[in-house]
Amino acid sequence: MFYRENGQFKTSYRADQQIFTIRQDKVAILALILAAFLVVPMFATDYFYLAILTPLVIMSLAALGVNILVGYCGQISLGSGAFMAVGAYGAYNFVVRMPGMPLIPALILGGLCATFFGILFGLPSLRVKGLYLAVATLAAQFFSDWMFLRIKWFTNDSPSGSVSVNNLEVFGMAIQSAQSKYLFCLAVLVVLALLAKNLVRGAIGREWMAIRDMDVAASVIGIRPMYAKLSAFAVSSFIVGVAGALWGFVHLGAWEPAAFSVDISFKLLFMVIIGGLGSIMGSFFGAAFIVVLPIVLNLVLPALAGLFGMSISTAGISHAELIIFGGLIVWFLIVEPHGIAKLWSTGKQKLRVWPFPH
Amino acid sequence: MKFTRLALATALVAAGAGFATTASAQANEQFFPQLTYRTGAYAAYGIPWSNGKVDYIKLINARDGGINGVKLTYEECETAYATDRGVECYERLKTRPGVAVVEPLATGITFALTEKAPVDKIPLMTQGYGLSISQDGNAFQWNFPFLGSYWTGADILIQHLGKQAGGLDKLKGKKIAYVYHDSPFGKDAIPLLEKRAKMHGFDLQLMPVTAPGVEQKSTWLQVRQNRPDYLLLWGWGVMNATALKEAQATGFPREKMYSVWWGGTEPAVRDVGDGAKGFNALSLYGHGTSSKVMQDLLKLVHDAKQGTGPKDEVGTVLYVHGVITQMLAIEAVRVAQEKFGKGKVMTGEQVRWGMENLKLDAKRLKELGFDGVMQPMSTSCANHMGSSAARVYAWDGKNWQYSSDWYQADAKVLDPLVKEHGDKYLADKKIARRTDCK
Repeated sequence: MFYRENGQFKTSYRADQQIFTIRQDKVAILALILAAFLVVPMFATDYFYLAILTPLVIMSLAALGVNILVGYCGQISLGSGAFMAVGAYGAYNFVVRMPGMPLIPALILGGLCATFFGILFGLPSLRVKGLYLAVATLAAQFFSDWMFLRIKWFTNDSPSGSVSVNNLEVFGMAIQSAQSKYLFCLAVLVVLALLAKNLVRGAIGREWMAIRDMDVAASVIGIRPMYAKLSAFAVSSFIVGVAGALWGFVHLGAWEPAAFSVDISFKLLFMVIIGGLGSIMGSFFGAAFIVVLPIVLNLVLPALAGLFGMSISTAGISHAELIIFGGLIVWFLIVEPHGIAKLWSTGKQKLRVWPFPH
Repeated sequence: MKFTRLALATALVAAGAGFATTASAQANEQFFPQLTYRTGAYAAYGIPWSNGKVDYIKLINARDGGINGVKLTYEECETAYATDRGVECYERLKTRPGVAVVEPLATGITFALTEKAPVDKIPLMTQGYGLSISQDGNAFQWNFPFLGSYWTGADILIQHLGKQAGGLDKLKGKKIAYVYHDSPFGKDAIPLLEKRAKMHGFDLQLMPVTAPGVEQKSTWLQVRQNRPDYLLLWGWGVMNATALKEAQATGFPREKMYSVWWGGTEPAVRDVGDGAKGFNALSLYGHGTSSKVMQDLLKLVHDAKQGTGPKDEVGTVLYVHGVITQMLAIEAVRVAQEKFGKGKVMTGEQVRWGMENLKLDAKRLKELGFDGVMQPMSTSCANHMGSSAARVYAWDGKNWQYSSDWYQADAKVLDPLVKEHGDKYLADKKIARRTDCK
């Protein structure tokens, strides 16, 4: 009744090509973005900002990048952690070696480092695919672990191999408080998500999807697999690299290669699969599931046990958390193998025909 | 459908309850956040360590009724040794009222929190680990690496090797292998070892082991080829036990293996048993259950069924490490109370003052029940470490037997290095050195 496109006529190509063709969608998304920028700061506490919202926003960005590669172009990658690391260390080196380097160009340059790295490790994708490619990209992960542990130049000869940044500022505003960290990451996310959304709607995105669905057929109709696959690697690693730089600079402040270990690669892949392959929205859902749920379980389980007059040990909680988390993933993928984003679009479809479903 | 709704409702109620309990807090309580790792690759180390810390808090509450009437509370948060989980835990626990001091319990988390502590004004305590350069209170105002860092540990081991060889000059031409956990933890000691190598002319061979340290075959192949005269083992958790097994398999004499204090623990040698006989490690303090404080812990905490973990764990090396850590934190609060008001809850800044003015002489240690457990120590605003003393002990198959007297890290070697790296850190960060220390 309320979610219906009746009467919304498109009279120009421009109108037809908008991101959100239905007015309700447009309003809802705008409201959501505004809420994220204006309403959240009204009630969020420091803990909420620093431990939940900021990591969530950064991981959403990384999942978005991975989704472009894995979801849209069908190139399974286990090297996302490496791309994040390259972005973080790249940006760090620009900041350290060029005095007065502002934050935003540093982030972009870090992203570009990750782009080169991504293209380099995307080259095997021209020959192998599927699980074989996943294993090939795993090499990127191990290579970056090795590189940042052993090559001292990348860590600016820090004796311990750990690097740190501080005094971040953008246009003269300090990124110091919890709120400013969140807002800055959110702004980066919104900009890059819009860019990504437009890319996947455009010609290049269609090429990616054609390659994903059937690469032989795609090349028959004139899509160059090399260009399509490597561009997917480039765009994806750029976004993942920027996310990595934000993770190091804004969220952790100081990091070592272990912060971008293979665990992160797996987590990002899980986010994309659970959130929904080939969906921008799905990246956000997936990130929320993987980042927030363990924390919520961690907070809720002791209270839940307390209701029944029991107390669980710290170890017990974290084991239970893993069990429940794993169980939920399995349950989820059985109920909705296409990820949370599919539930979302099913819901929208239902609303569209409500109250007269057919 | 009904089941789903029921589950949803329960979850919501529980979530509400969860936030409600976390929101309730009482005044006049000093809160000690406990970042733990009772799971994951390093749990064998994390469990007794945390148990010791928590038991000591319980002891102070039960025996003394807190610090001058201020009750002590704590809450655990599991990090599994992961930096991002550690940051989340820190952010969660730092909002509690009456936070005294945070101990990250992991080198990686320490680095991340070093950037956050000055902003939040919460002192950061690391006992026997953490950033080696942070002993310089002029540069790192909020870090307290009590009782020693990896630089003091490495320095003492080289001194000991020199003594074994009959003088530090006899080390010339000797080959010393440094087998280390390839992470900031393992790498931290390298600058000092390199400096010592240059001073005495020994050949330092760096042999990294990838974290967590289960896979060491290639390293031990290298050991076999190079045949070092001594081997320094800088391992953590599972890596130590694995290294000992590999040494046994390759036939490298355990008598020539020396470890920093993390190798001198029960989990490192327990599973290797006789195979570890002769293995040497540093020791920062005395362990066992004979001291008064351990007796009190057994009697007032464990016998009262309040103990955390098994009773026979009391007195083990890592458990004592936890107890000493917590004691230092609590003493810092006590010292702060003497200046800022007895019976009051101290803020992070006040506790930091306490940590900079700790004076634990032999008499005070005896009062606390720690005589024979640790050496006297005192801190100042420039010296955030307090003491750099350590002994060497060797595993005889059943127990650790002391084989040396107390050593002090050589300030002549250490101080210039601390200054040099501290200056670099400050320059990178564009922070000025503190000037109010005398």
